[in-house]
Amino acid sequence: MADVLTIDKLTRRFGGLYAVNNVSFNVAENEILSVIGPNGAGKSTLFKLIASFLRPTSGEVCFKGERISGLAPHIVARKGVVRTFQETTIFRNMSVRENVIIAHHLQSRATLFGYFMGSRNARQDEQSFGESADDILQLLNLDHVANELASNLPHGNLRALGIAIGLATNATVLLLDEPFAGMNHEETMRTVQMVQGVRDRGVTVLLVEHDMAAVMKISDRIVVLNFGEKIAEGTAAEIQHDERVIEAYLGIEDESIGL
Amino acid sequence: MMPGKLAKTAGFLIYAAILLILVPRLIDSYERWDLYYTLTSVALLSIASAGVWLTFFIGRINIGQAAYALIGGYVSAVMVVDHGISFWWTLPAAGLFCAVVSVFVGLPILRLRGVYFAMVTLVFTEVAKMVALALPITHGASGIVNIPLPGALEIFGFTLIPDFNTLDNSRRGFYFLSVVLMLICFLGMYRLVHSRMGRLCFSLQQNEELASSIGVNISYLRIVAYAISSFLGGIGGAIFAAISQSVYPSSFAVADSINFMLNCFLGGLGYVFGPMLGTFVLYFGWDWLFQTGKYQLLIFSSILIALMLVLPNGLLSIRLPGWKKNG
Repeated sequence: MADVLTIDKLTRRFGGLYAVNNVSFNVAENEILSVIGPNGAGKSTLFKLIASFLRPTSGEVCFKGERISGLAPHIVARKGVVRTFQETTIFRNMSVRENVIIAHHLQSRATLFGYFMGSRNARQDEQSFGESADDILQLLNLDHVANELASNLPHGNLRALGIAIGLATNATVLLLDEPFAGMNHEETMRTVQMVQGVRDRGVTVLLVEHDMAAVMKISDRIVVLNFGEKIAEGTAAEIQHDERVIEAYLGIEDESIGL
Repeated sequence: MMPGKLAKTAGFLIYAAILLILVPRLIDSYERWDLYYTLTSVALLSIASAGVWLTFFIGRINIGQAAYALIGGYVSAVMVVDHGISFWWTLPAAGLFCAVVSVFVGLPILRLRGVYFAMVTLVFTEVAKMVALALPITHGASGIVNIPLPGALEIFGFTLIPDFNTLDNSRRGFYFLSVVLMLICFLGMYRLVHSRMGRLCFSLQQNEELASSIGVNISYLRIVAYAISSFLGGIGGAIFAAISQSVYPSSFAVADSINFMLNCFLGGLGYVFGPMLGTFVLYFGWDWLFQTGKYQLLIFSSILIALMLVLPNGLLSIRLPGWKKNG
């Protein structure tokens, strides 16, 4: 399988602290790759670097061979790398359906002025976005709350909405930031299915996550970070037996991590 | 046409008819000509306030609209007085000039959010005044006076708008001009807000980071919204200069900027027609409180504070019992 995303010697320094240090790995087309690591390992910074919300101190991120680090986030999104957010980052005062419709922005054919005048392209856009949104809402089991105000949604549905927004952008690579955080087992398993459903639509998924059980279940490959550096990369089975990984986790806190 | 849409269209037509037929008739029959001037002011101020409202809509507190009103007033005055250009050409020119200025002003400052943007725009109002005092083209502190009334607007020999000097009452002419422009302005605003462009602006207000991650060019959209806002400020200012036949560096000051913002707050930030109602209530409320003499400002500001506490979403958020909210 071809690599869609190449992360090459990526480094980001905040003052004297290396949040991400010389990290390299590839993401293959249509795989689910998880980035894990203890708190403060640099996972979120890595995500921001990939989606170009931060500039790297050195190194680069390439999407299909083309350098994307340093570009504005909306340009990176336009190329096909879209980031969803931790926790409840949605458009709170819009309905669920509107959230998903607005996220179709990259597929718009009409201009702002066209939308204002109600041009033919604009009307066609409205219609196709609406249909596609209904499709996505159904896939993520959100159709029954489509007309609810997004801020009224329960926790689990909010996460699904975040994924729906990501899907609606028609991204090639979707970056999911802790999609399972704060969920109980049942919710997690449902979300795991959702993420697999997203992948089945041909999307490459890169996710940052704490929930080990979910990560082991869902990932094709896993990258482990510790103190900003990559300490391991491989399948779930390989990671579970990697001594450095066990050390990194057990060395910080003596708690079960579900390995 | 859907029933809701039909009702809205009918409502708008009735409203337009009241403003353009009923109100002038009443004013003429009671010979309260001064009301023409007052209502014209309300119409013009609400156009400028509509611009401020749009910047609120993308999540920016704009206390700089008076600067654009001032610039618009000067652009029109300079073109009419010093270059003899017809007022009707200077009107769009004033709006466009303001829009262009706002692009250059907006590029650096629209990155700021919240109180920081508000402060910079507030300062910008003062800067505009200083510039008007300093530049030779604006004639410094003495301003530009004796601006002639608008001439006739003719297209292919057909007189679209008569020469204001030939009208038996030029105030009435300005009233119609301003009300028609106000209606067009708010119709356009309504259309904008309910189009996908409006939803995009609204998405900026909610969460700029998310908007940019779904591919919205947020800096472009912010500039477009701010330019439209400034365009409206310039139009309002240009007509004001034409009515008062003069423009001074102090014609529009910080207090006006604040009033434009208050108009939006008072009417309701969630409603397109909020600034129109807000301007009307604020203007007439202030006038009406004139009889309280030196307590005018005290009572006025107390009422405003109370209103904002009781009705944080503005006057339009008042609903009669049993009335279902419909956006």
